[in-house]
Amino acid sequence: MKKILVTLLFLLFGTVANADCNIKSGSINILANDFPALRTLVETAKECKGSADFKVTHSAEHNKIAVPALTANPSEFSVRVAANSSIVPLMNADLIRPMNDLVKKYGKGIQESQLITIDGKVMAVAFMANTQHLYVRTDVLKENGIAIPKTYEEVVAAAEKIRAAGKMKYPYAAAYKAGWNLAEEFVNMYIGHGGEFFKDGGAQPNINNAKGIATLNMLKKLADLSNPDYLTHDSEAIKVEWESGNVAIMTLWASRSGTLLDDEGDAKITAATKLVAPATVGGGNIPAATLWWDGFTLAKNRSDADAEASFRAMAHAASSKEMVAKAADQAVWLVEGFVPGPKSVGVIEAVKMGAKPYPMLPQMGLMHGALGSEIVEFLQGNESAEQALKDVEAAYITKAKEQGFL
Amino acid sequence: MPNRSFFWFFFPAGLAMILFIGLPIISTGIQSFYAQHDQILIEVKKCDPFGCKTSVVVDQEATSKIKEEKPLGKFNGFGTYIDRNHLASDQVSEFWSESKSVGEFIGKVGNLPFYKALVFTLTYCVIVTPCVLLLGFIIALSLNAISRKIRGPLIFGTILPMIVTPLVGSLVLFWMIDAEGIIGANLQILMDDPYLSVKSSKALTWITIIIYGVWHHSPFAFVVFYAALQTVPQEPLEASIIDGASRFQRVKHIVLPHIYPVVTFVALISLMDNFRVFEPIIGFSAEGSAQSLSWLIYDNLVNEEVILFGSAAATSIMTIVGISIILTPVLLRTWKEFRTNR
Repeated sequence: MKKILVTLLFLLFGTVANADCNIKSGSINILANDFPALRTLVETAKECKGSADFKVTHSAEHNKIAVPALTANPSEFSVRVAANSSIVPLMNADLIRPMNDLVKKYGKGIQESQLITIDGKVMAVAFMANTQHLYVRTDVLKENGIAIPKTYEEVVAAAEKIRAAGKMKYPYAAAYKAGWNLAEEFVNMYIGHGGEFFKDGGAQPNINNAKGIATLNMLKKLADLSNPDYLTHDSEAIKVEWESGNVAIMTLWASRSGTLLDDEGDAKITAATKLVAPATVGGGNIPAATLWWDGFTLAKNRSDADAEASFRAMAHAASSKEMVAKAADQAVWLVEGFVPGPKSVGVIEAVKMGAKPYPMLPQMGLMHGALGSEIVEFLQGNESAEQALKDVEAAYITKAKEQGFL
Repeated sequence: MPNRSFFWFFFPAGLAMILFIGLPIISTGIQSFYAQHDQILIEVKKCDPFGCKTSVVVDQEATSKIKEEKPLGKFNGFGTYIDRNHLASDQVSEFWSESKSVGEFIGKVGNLPFYKALVFTLTYCVIVTPCVLLLGFIIALSLNAISRKIRGPLIFGTILPMIVTPLVGSLVLFWMIDAEGIIGANLQILMDDPYLSVKSSKALTWITIIIYGVWHHSPFAFVVFYAALQTVPQEPLEASIIDGASRFQRVKHIVLPHIYPVVTFVALISLMDNFRVFEPIIGFSAEGSAQSLSWLIYDNLVNEEVILFGSAAATSIMTIVGISIILTPVLLRTWKEFRTNR
């Protein structure tokens, strides 16, 4: 009897110790983007919340909420799941706290490579990597005798061939929605051409050059092969286009592959969809893509108890071997124990090919914003490439002056 | 009403107006004169999963010291107002001197963000407002002439566009004009152009937004006109029928003069509303082709990862000034009539 009792107690204690991280107080409130991998991560963090309050906001509008919400004191959120670009405004405004002490105390399972350090201070803990790469329909390519494209020039040729064969009207797709998405495509293509956004490490813009023009011309060529409504299409919209079988070659985020290849939708399309490496452009050898990490940051304007509770829950998720084993399909996890599957091809190839990370510079957000609105007229055919790039630089300079960067 | 009791009647509303409208406007005005402090950047070593490199970050220690001394930022006077993203005085004068023709000058100025937005905003205002007044009036007249039995349901149907949330209304139309939507696809067949896209063509996008604006705002004009029509006295109308006046003459000489003050009121409200056109641009994802002043403010506040408070505040103040300018003629006229009535 006694033995049974001890065993029971042990079991009970054992499961409790396993399920939560013994967090006794504090409250956890997470702001994150909305895609499957992040949902999995947050669910894993929730497993270990113990007696702490636990709230989460998944929103595609996370970028718009983050700075105002974290500026408040106390801030609305204790954790902000950020990426290379979205961590910058938080650091510019001094809204996130270094977590060296917490990493030392509770971050046993976190690998050294997961830490984002600025001048030795740990500002974020990354848990997944992301990039934009090519998705192809093997059946359509085979039918038309086309090899899997390795460069954007080959993408254009392939798409033109598919269109000429009368197979598809708009064989190519990428998220060209005016604003952030379109600017991101420019950033990728410009980096693929070997461009630098700023003059010698300063804040003076440096895109009105031959590489910039080549970038715009390539974007235009691809846009002409896309659905004519491309300026309104974001990642979600082109995913729908793909699932309806309207597209044969697409540039899309690696993190979106999970829902693209799930059981919903046409099984034939899903079976023929292949994830391949990102393309290069203009004879360059690095891919026209940027590497991204997603990681969690802790709000500065929150009590130490909340920060501790939040860190412990998030660290549990960011080092969970069970999670990465279970959700191996959803992302390229940076967590120890992750075994890459076929859906990780894009990111792994990008890293192998020497892709550059998205520039984590304080003024990059302004450049990104200026690109998103000023290159639209060129794509519509109302403006020359030189004029569009001149406009981008002028718009950027004005904003950078107002923000004190110039 | 004695002034004293008027004051106490007005007091709660006045207080709320000062607190929630007056003070924010003043605060916006003050902010528009400030820019951010010069950023102090330092070189540090940054490491992430993809490797380490030396790069710059904002020096928080130095910045927080300056911010504590001057929390509003750096005084910039009218600097933000005249920069390229607003009135662009330097660029405009430069274009004036280097352009060979007026057309070229207008083209260049129209490429500046503020003027681009202003042109759309004014076009929208100038087309939508009269259309709304006219359509609202015609609907009100027709419904007023219809048998009472079916009037109720018809009135409900007519004000439906106003009940539907603007964003939902625009999204419905947005999907209809999609290249594969009912209107978009039929237009492609009709024009025999498989690459025609309503959403990517600037002119077609403008037309769509304007049609949407008329559709959405007409019920408001209709409701007010319909109410006003109920007050038109029957005797002069009957007298004019006996005199042999046609329907058009009756409307022109009796109905319109009677409801004239209401027309002014609707025109005022419509102008103000239309000058702040915003939701359809978001609903139609039309940022690429159509930008309004309100959209510029929104863009400065949310579209950048860095929030441009100074820019947004300057555009807000200029929008307020713009509305005042547009309303002046109507207000002057009302004021004159008010004086003569006395």
